Amino acid sequence: MRYLVALIVTLLASACMAEEWEDQRVFNAAADGPRLRIISSTDTALFAPLIEGFLTQNPDVSVEYLVTGTADLNARVRSAPEAFDVVISSAMDLQLKLANDGFAMPLENMPGSDWAQWHDSLFAFTQEPAAIVINRAAFAGYPVPQTRQELIEALRARPEAFRGKVGTYDIRQSGLGYLFATQDARASETFWRLMEVMGGLDLRLYCCSGDMIDDLTSGSIAVAYNVLGSYATARVEGKEALEVILPSDFQTTMMRTAMVVKNTQYPAVAEAFVRHLIVAGPELAPLPLLTSQQEQETAVITLEPALLTYLDTLKRRKFLTAWEDAVIQK
Amino acid sequence: MSASPAVSGSLRNRLVLTLIGGAAILALLLFFTVRSYAARVAQQGQDNILGASVTSILDAVALRDGELEVDIPYAAFSMLSTPSDDRVFYAIFQDGELLSGYDDLSATNGRPNGEWVFQSGEVRGETIRQVSASRTLVGLGTRTEVEVALGQTQDALAETLRQISRNAAYLGIGFFTLVAGLSFWATSATIGQLNKLTTSVTRRGPQDLSPFRKPVPREMAPLVSSLNSLMGRLDQSLSQSEDFIAEAAHRVRTPLATVRSYADATLQRVEKEENREALRSMVRAIDESSRAAGQLLDHAMITFRADHLEREEIDLVALVRDLVQRLTPIAEMKDLSLTLVGDPVVIYSGDPILIQNAVRNMVDNALKYAPAESVVEIEVSQGTQAQISVRDQGPGFPPSEIDTLTRRFERGKNAAGTIGSGLGLTIVQDVAKAHGGDLILTNRKGKGACVTLSL
Repeated sequence: MRYLVALIVTLLASACMAEEWEDQRVFNAAADGPRLRIISSTDTALFAPLIEGFLTQNPDVSVEYLVTGTADLNARVRSAPEAFDVVISSAMDLQLKLANDGFAMPLENMPGSDWAQWHDSLFAFTQEPAAIVINRAAFAGYPVPQTRQELIEALRARPEAFRGKVGTYDIRQSGLGYLFATQDARASETFWRLMEVMGGLDLRLYCCSGDMIDDLTSGSIAVAYNVLGSYATARVEGKEALEVILPSDFQTTMMRTAMVVKNTQYPAVAEAFVRHLIVAGPELAPLPLLTSQQEQETAVITLEPALLTYLDTLKRRKFLTAWEDAVIQK
Repeated sequence: MSASPAVSGSLRNRLVLTLIGGAAILALLLFFTVRSYAARVAQQGQDNILGASVTSILDAVALRDGELEVDIPYAAFSMLSTPSDDRVFYAIFQDGELLSGYDDLSATNGRPNGEWVFQSGEVRGETIRQVSASRTLVGLGTRTEVEVALGQTQDALAETLRQISRNAAYLGIGFFTLVAGLSFWATSATIGQLNKLTTSVTRRGPQDLSPFRKPVPREMAPLVSSLNSLMGRLDQSLSQSEDFIAEAAHRVRTPLATVRSYADATLQRVEKEENREALRSMVRAIDESSRAAGQLLDHAMITFRADHLEREEIDLVALVRDLVQRLTPIAEMKDLSLTLVGDPVVIYSGDPILIQNAVRNMVDNALKYAPAESVVEIEVSQGTQAQISVRDQGPGFPPSEIDTLTRRFERGKNAAGTIGSGLGLTIVQDVAKAHGGDLILTNRKGKGACVTLSL
C-alpha cells in the first residue's frame, strides 16, 4: 500500500509540475525598467494591493507574479533559483531551509524586529493563525466547537452528518499543511486523535486553502481544519455561510516570509520590494500584520533552525507514515 | 657667573619612557591573553552545545524491525539558535553511507562510541565548526553503526569574539592609562627630591657654605655628601684667599711706607740739586707703587665682596660725611676744600665697605685732577635712586674716551702727569654693578668733571 501511495504522490506531484502556474500575472507590463519575478504561494487577489503600492513608488519597474503551492514553490526555487528574484511563501520551514541552504541573499540594515528575520536573509511580514472554518448550516441547532476536543466530540456525535464532509490539507502535497500538522503534533496529542476521527469520516484532502474554502462555501464540505485564517476572513466577508474559529485550546500561527534570491539580476529592486513588504502596514489587508512579540497572545512558530527537524528525510518519512496511518483508513 | 652644564638626556624622560614602554608591553600582553582565553572559552561553549545536540540526535536513533529510525528531537536543532542566526548543517550516516541530511558533510568513520570529534571546515563557502559522534546499534542478527555529523557557522561566535576583543582592548587601554599615570606620578615624585635639593642649594645665602643637614633619600646621600665636601673645601679656600689678601696688603704697604719715610728724611739732608731731584722722583715712584698696591688690593677685595654681596641698612650721608672728614687733611695739603651737600639723610641697603671704597676712589680722583684753590663738591641725594656725585673744577674727561675710562688700567690721555693706576673708576664701576646701579661720567658745562654713582 505504501508503494501505491508513493506512486500516487509522485504522479500528483508531477501533475502539479506539469501545469504551469496556479496563477500568473504581470503588473505594470508597459514599464521598460527591470522586471521583478516573484514566486509566491499567496493568492494574487490578496497580494495585488502590495504590488501595486510598490509599483506606485517605483513606476519604471514591472512585476511578474507567479503563484504556486508551497511545496512546488520550494521545488522550483531549488531546481532553478536563477528564474526568480523574490520568493514569498507561508511554509516557514521550507523557506528557512532554503535560506539555510544558501539560496537567499543576505540583506543589511533591514527594518523590522530581530525575531521576525533569520540570518538577515528571511523576513517575516505577516502573522496568520491556522483556523477551523465551518459551514454554519451543518451546525444549525448544535453548539459550534471552540476547541479541537469539542470538534472531535461534534464529529463523533454525528458521524453520518460529517462523513465525506470534512477537509484538511494533504500534508504530502502542501508545505504549509505539513508545517501546521507538525507544529500541531508538537503542541498536543489531540492532533493525532483528531486526525484519526477525521480519517474515519472519509477525510477529503486538499492542496490549498483556496480550494477548501470554495468547497466550504458551496456546502460540499462542512468543516475544514487548519485553513489559513486570512483566506477564510477574506472570503467570509459577505458570506454568512462560513464561520472562522480560532481554536481556544492552542493556536498555530505562522509568519509569511520573503527572501531575495541569491544572484538575482536586480538585487536593489528585489531588496526594495522586501523592504516594502516589511513596512507595508495597512496595505497588507486582508493579510494580518505582524504584531510585536509582547502583544502576541499566542505562540508564533519561531524562525529557528529547529524548523529543519521535520524536513529531515527520515523524520518526514516517519511523520507521514504516522499521518497516513491515522488519516487513510481503508 | 654660572655656566649652564652640558646636558645629555633626561632622567625624567628615561624613567617615564621605560615605565610607559613596560606598561604598553604589559597591556598588549594582557589584551592578547584575555582575548585568546575568552576565545577558547567561547569556542568551548559552542562545542558543548553542538556536542549536546549531536548526542540528543544519536539518542533518538533506534532499530525497528531491522530498519533504522532517526527521530530527530525538535530541541536538537532548537538549541542551536544563536543571536546571529547561524546556519546549521547535519548529516546522518549508516555504516558510512549518507542516510539523511546534507551531503556536504562527510563521515569520519572508526571513532569509538559517543566520543565527540570536533573539526573546523568549510561548507558552502562558510566556515563551520563541526562535531561528529557515532553509535553502534545491535539488533536481531544485525549490527550497524550510525554516525551523526553536525556543523554550524560561526557568525555568533565571531560577534562574541568581536565584543570580547573590544572589551579586552578597553581593559588593556585602561590598564595602560593607569600605569602611565602612575609612572608619571612616580617619576615626578622621584625627580621632585632632586628639585628640592636644587631649590635649597639655590636659596642659600651667598656666604652660606655650611653642609646640608636636611634628610634626603638614600640614593641621593652620596651626591649630597660630595656636595658637602666640595663646599667645605671651597669655604676653606675662600677664607684662605681672604687671609691672603689681608696679608698681602699688609706686607706690601708697610715696607713701602718705611721706604718713603727714609726717602723723605734723606731728601731733607741732601743739598745737591741733582740728588734732590732724584730723590723726589723716587718718592713719586714709591707713592705711585703704594697707591697701585692699595688699589689692586682694594680691587681684589671688592671683586670678592661683590661676588658675595651682603646688604645692610646704612645712611649714605653719614657714611660720606665720615669719609670727607678723613680726606679733608689730604685735600688741605693740596689747597683744596671738600663740601658735602644734598639730603640730610639717605637710607640705602648695601655693603658699606664697598660704597665707602667707591666714594673714596671718586674723591681721590677729583683731588688729583682739581686745580689748586678750588672746591670739590660732594652731593648725596635721594631721587628715584640713591645717588652720590662728586664734582670738581678740573679739566674734565676727554669726550672721546668717556666710555672706555672704566676699563681696568685705562687712563685718560690728559692724565700723563698724574699719579694713578687706572683702577679707580673700575672699582667704582664694579661696586655700582654689584648693587645693581650704574656709574655715570659727564663733563660739567663750565669746567670740570662730574662722576655720579647711582645705586
